[in-house]
Amino acid sequence: MTKKQKKMLYRILVSFVLFLIAVLLPLEGLLRLPVFLIPYAIVGWDVLWKAVRNILNGQVFDENFLMAVATLGAFGCGEYPEGVAVLLFYQVGELFQSVAVSRSRQSIADLMDIRPDYANIERDGQLVQVDPEEISVGDIIVIKAGERVPLDGVVTEGASALDTAALTGESLPRDVAPGDTVISGCVNLSGLLHVQAAKPFGESTVARILDLVENSSEKKAQAEHFITKFARYYTPIVVFAALALAVLPSLLTGGQWGVWVPRALNFLVVSCPCALVISIPLSFFGGIGGASKQGILVKGSNYLEALARAGIVVFDKTGTLTEGKFAVVKTEGDVLEQAALAEQFSTHPISRSILTAWGGQPAPERVRDVDEIAGHGVRAVVDGRTVLAGNRKLLEREEIAIPAVQEQAGTTVYVAVEGEYRGYLVIADQPKPNSAQALRELKACGVRQTVMLTGDSQGAAQHVAQALGLDQFHAQLLPADKVQRVEELLEAKQPGEQLIFVGDGINDAPVLSRADVGVAMGALGSDAAIEAADLVLMDDDLSKLPVAVRIAKKTLAIVKQNIVFAIGVKVLVLVLSAMGRANMWAAVFADVGVSVLAILNASRMLRTK
Amino acid sequence: MKKTYKLIDLDCANCAAKMENAIRNIDGVTSATVSFMSQKMTVEGDDARFDAIMQEVVKVCRKVEPDCEIVLK
Repeated sequence: MTKKQKKMLYRILVSFVLFLIAVLLPLEGLLRLPVFLIPYAIVGWDVLWKAVRNILNGQVFDENFLMAVATLGAFGCGEYPEGVAVLLFYQVGELFQSVAVSRSRQSIADLMDIRPDYANIERDGQLVQVDPEEISVGDIIVIKAGERVPLDGVVTEGASALDTAALTGESLPRDVAPGDTVISGCVNLSGLLHVQAAKPFGESTVARILDLVENSSEKKAQAEHFITKFARYYTPIVVFAALALAVLPSLLTGGQWGVWVPRALNFLVVSCPCALVISIPLSFFGGIGGASKQGILVKGSNYLEALARAGIVVFDKTGTLTEGKFAVVKTEGDVLEQAALAEQFSTHPISRSILTAWGGQPAPERVRDVDEIAGHGVRAVVDGRTVLAGNRKLLEREEIAIPAVQEQAGTTVYVAVEGEYRGYLVIADQPKPNSAQALRELKACGVRQTVMLTGDSQGAAQHVAQALGLDQFHAQLLPADKVQRVEELLEAKQPGEQLIFVGDGINDAPVLSRADVGVAMGALGSDAAIEAADLVLMDDDLSKLPVAVRIAKKTLAIVKQNIVFAIGVKVLVLVLSAMGRANMWAAVFADVGVSVLAILNASRMLRTK
Repeated sequence: MKKTYKLIDLDCANCAAKMENAIRNIDGVTSATVSFMSQKMTVEGDDARFDAIMQEVVKVCRKVEPDCEIVLK
């Protein structure tokens, strides 16, 4: 508790004791008034003072004014204990609310506690700690074991393992050695590192992430706009209804003033929209905070809201669903070694993948007369025999017959030795190990359709789509075609559904911005991706996407619960008050009690896995 | 120009919403947000008159919520 909150607590306790004494004193008539006014003044002087001050400032309908009118009204009606008790209860609720909000705020702040406090730099042979903002690009900073990397940079000396969990949610440490890039916000686990700063602090990853999350409340969700609007109309309406209730029945039908005025006072107590105004942004803030702990950056509450209604998820293939690296997936005939040796000097990704699959050491002495034929393949003499490795055209050029082979999922490399066909290799991009699982989980989260877009060949696309169980795929697309396809899918959306596009954020900026929510993956250290997307998965792990959808859904569920609960209780108490069935206790519960419960409900968001 | 300020003792969410509305109505302010959660305020407005605008912002906020203090750096 802060000092202010503690002071309030003491005031409440003192007032409560005096209130009990006042209730127990055997006094009659007007003598009771001063006895009850003492605890009232102790617990509520600030409410009265604020009410007066705010009226002077032209702010009439605020809760202080309403509480002042309601409780003074109770005194006016001769209900002294009610007047004190209601104000006491109100202050207890306010205190509780203030403590709950500062707790939640603190735990969100802890989630975001990745800001480095200092940087070590060598000056005149001495290691000194300075503010990270004072470091300029090119300076060499020293990071000891256990310290946080203050700025993005390149390792010049030393080797260590870095804990990236605060940024990516990934618990496996990342090894770094001289020449490797390190990203600010990671924690150095073991060795001493010398790092040359590559960016000033303000442009380093950690500063950008913090900036992004802190500003995410600027982009408000529809639910938040609804609450702001609701609050603007709700309070004046209830206050005027209270006025009407106090005056009209007594004037028109000859009702009792003593009956209708207390009922009207109840209206005033219920008229503050605080429960909603606090708990809704708190839920979203908690959702965004919880997501960032998992390495998911959300740029605004509106995107969280859209994500919860994800109906169609569109994926880019290479680098998103697949590794983006080629690998030999099939070998027919004993041709791997020959092909690998023939291709050992080539830097083509396909050649490299054949060498990797073979696993042997390059042996230049076994190969001579290497001839790379562009667009066809390689001809070389391996161990004294002529080897051809390449596409169908290469072998046809040499008039070597190839038996009919069905179309393969990937690139096929045919191999011939001494003019005779020996077999083939199939090279394809591999799906990431957790892609299939992530897609299944998305379906379980209520995603209706999964679509893959790729510039790759029909065969390769089909293979991946089948392996992962995608609903739809479109192959051989140029970047402009991808936008076209996304437009078509947007047209085909069902009402209320949202379209999510997931890409690596490098070439797909137009599609990212066209989709309802653009998600960039593997964005750690990639400024362009962080810039272009609405939602950023810091590491390469697609399984974070269903996590993000679940967090979004839970946030929205809590928001809905709070809206329905708060408005429901308030309306109920209003109706009961008008009928004379609810007393001021019920009214105070509908105000502060509901606030506190709504805040507690919202704080569940902070514990989402 | 767009600037972010820290707020001290912003105690009520409804007041934050009211402050936000009041700041938006100041002449020369293009956008404003008051975040109750992060206790921060972002104001965007005309470069030339920014200092004058900020004076107005402080005045308006004092009217809405006198307890809340804006940290002007």
